Amino acid sequence: MKYQSQQVALAYIACALLLFAVQVLVGLLAGWIYVAPNFLSELLPFNIVRMIHTNALVVWLLLGFFGAAYYLVPEEAETELYSVRLAYIQLAILMIGALGAVGSYLVGIHGGREFLEQPLWVKVGILIAALIFLGNITATALRGRKTAVTNVLLLGLWLLSLLWLFAFYTPANLSLDKMYWWFIVHLWVEATWELVMASVLAYLLLKLTGVDREVVEKWLYVIVGTALFSGILGTGHHFYWIGTPGYWQWVGSIFSTLEVVPFFLMMSFAFVMVWKGRRNHPNKAALLWSLGSATVAFFGAGVWGFLHTLHGVNFYSHGTQITAAHGHLAFFGAYVALNLAFFTYAMPQLRARDPYNQVLNMGSFWLMTGGMAFMTFVLTFAGTIQTHMQRVVGEYFMEVQESLSVFYVMRFGAGVAVVIGALLFIYSVSVVRSREIIEPGPMQAATGE
Amino acid sequence: MAEILTRTRARNIFYGGSIFFVVIFVVLTIQSHRYIVNTSTAGAPLTEEVVRGKEVWEEHSCINCHSLHGEGAYFAPEVGNVMTRWDVLDDPDGAFEVLKGWMESQPSGVEGRRQMPRYDLSDEDMRALSEFLRWADQIDTQGWPPNEAG
Ligand code: HEM
Ligand code: HEM
Ligand SMILES: [Fe+2]
Repeated sequence: MKYQSQQVALAYIACALLLFAVQVLVGLLAGWIYVAPNFLSELLPFNIVRMIHTNALVVWLLLGFFGAAYYLVPEEAETELYSVRLAYIQLAILMIGALGAVGSYLVGIHGGREFLEQPLWVKVGILIAALIFLGNITATALRGRKTAVTNVLLLGLWLLSLLWLFAFYTPANLSLDKMYWWFIVHLWVEATWELVMASVLAYLLLKLTGVDREVVEKWLYVIVGTALFSGILGTGHHFYWIGTPGYWQWVGSIFSTLEVVPFFLMMSFAFVMVWKGRRNHPNKAALLWSLGSATVAFFGAGVWGFLHTLHGVNFYSHGTQITAAHGHLAFFGAYVALNLAFFTYAMPQLRARDPYNQVLNMGSFWLMTGGMAFMTFVLTFAGTIQTHMQRVVGEYFMEVQESLSVFYVMRFGAGVAVVIGALLFIYSVSVVRSREIIEPGPMQAATGE
Repeated sequence: MAEILTRTRARNIFYGGSIFFVVIFVVLTIQSHRYIVNTSTAGAPLTEEVVRGKEVWEEHSCINCHSLHGEGAYFAPEVGNVMTRWDVLDDPDGAFEVLKGWMESQPSGVEGRRQMPRYDLSDEDMRALSEFLRWADQIDTQGWPPNEAG
């Protein structure tokens, strides 16, 4: 860490980890309700549990992105942050909003669009926080060195904030409502967030492998180019059956298939950089998370996304457990693991220490990744059977679900592993137990970055 | 990567190409917006009741258990075609009666069965909700779902 103001990232990471714990614990509860449906059914119905699970996820991922930006932009721009105070105010607004949203869900106040259930005041708070952030970070970037990493990161963050405006537009016409709802949900995870992911990954690889900036930045532009060229029209894979015109079946199928390309490139990028890299960075756990993120994102978003993206397949699989399987692995690989990679990299620097608890941290990687992979497999089996029995044979939903109970028990088991892994991760970055430097192998000396 | 693709070229292709695709997307969105308003949802009028019904649906976050046209949660049955399943798509009074009967019989309390909470809606709101679900059911969804099971 070179600049004092980068320190604000620590507070962002702490808050993100808190909400991460809430997210997985409440996810486990949701998984338990699938196994024992009468559990808490009068006090805390499934829909409330699910809202808390998904909202906590999205908010902590965003906090992680903001934290990453506050950490890496000063270093890239070679200047202190424009305002440290604004960064803390922004964080306070977001945390009050997040906790306020959870509180109001628990007392039954919520909107009714999936993921956008926040009461209006929370939505406005998020908008204000985003504006503070954009002002602060843009002012910082403008007065310093301009790199491709900051350009792409800021572009992603500007665009995702802009798309948030659609949260305030709820047309009375259901089909219109659905169409514009995807402008947030799809254009976040399959366009703008990909810019954030690619730039943070590029930054981490730059630091961890010491490959030339010129090379890294060229890759970065190619990756984000393929992401937007495919992802924007790829939105069409959600416009098959909601009242939108039939041509989306072709536009959506073709362009969303191409969405696999940026994820494949990100995975290749990560491995090629490590292979070419001359630096042997002592933070092995951060490297594991970076490679793991790019790899699991390719499987979760790329392979599991392609699995059901062609309209001929989606006609049958739409809105089944297959969707849930894909949603979990994609979010985990692309955004959860990436954030955890960044936390693992930044925490020792923020606390001015050598990397610590690396073995514990890497253990948590395998536990979480194994758990999520297993959860994805069982949900995919459940979804395949559901698709056949319900969509092909035409058996009624509730009967089909009853025959899937064994998969839901296994999903709960996978969830236990994920929760243990998550708690282990939080412990390993919060509590300094032991200093563990893993001995570097024989390598050429690093130059440049 | 080949030497002809310099960093500057890659950057320019990224910006230029992205603008190109945004423009196409905006044009298709405008066309789709019109198609929705004039064609796919035009089979039944968007009455005040339907509009209120959508609000009732949202205030209770039904979407976080059910799916509606395949979107939402996967915990409870699809409701985009529930009026067809109940055979009351063209029968407003029947739709209201069946929905009211259903809502008032919840939660079932059956051990080991997923529970739907109890919602005490006024008759007006209940009627709005049944009109909203009838309206949603008549939208032209390109033939989805494949069958009545939803
Ligand atoms: C990291 C990137 C991605 C994330 C986080 C993600 C996440 C999700 C989530 C959460 C949903 C469910 C939305 C809902 O509640 O209805 C979904 C749906 C879907 N995703 Fe992705 N996704 C990603 C990338 C992709 C890619 C690259 C493809 C295609 C190759 C894809 C194809 C689909 C399809 C077809 C659906 C609709 C499923 C249905 O019809 O029920 N996704 N995605
Ligand atoms: C303890 C582990 C977890 C368990 C047991 C769990 C369980 C669940 C359950 C039961 C649902 C509701 C599915 C439905 O509507 O029927 C759900 C939704 C969701 N969860 Fe998790 N979850 C866990 C961890 C995670 C993690 C780590 C992520 C992010 C990577 C995540 C992201 C999501 C998303 C995006 C949805 C909405 C899916 C969609 O709409 O397609 N969950 N989860
Ligand atoms: Fe999508």
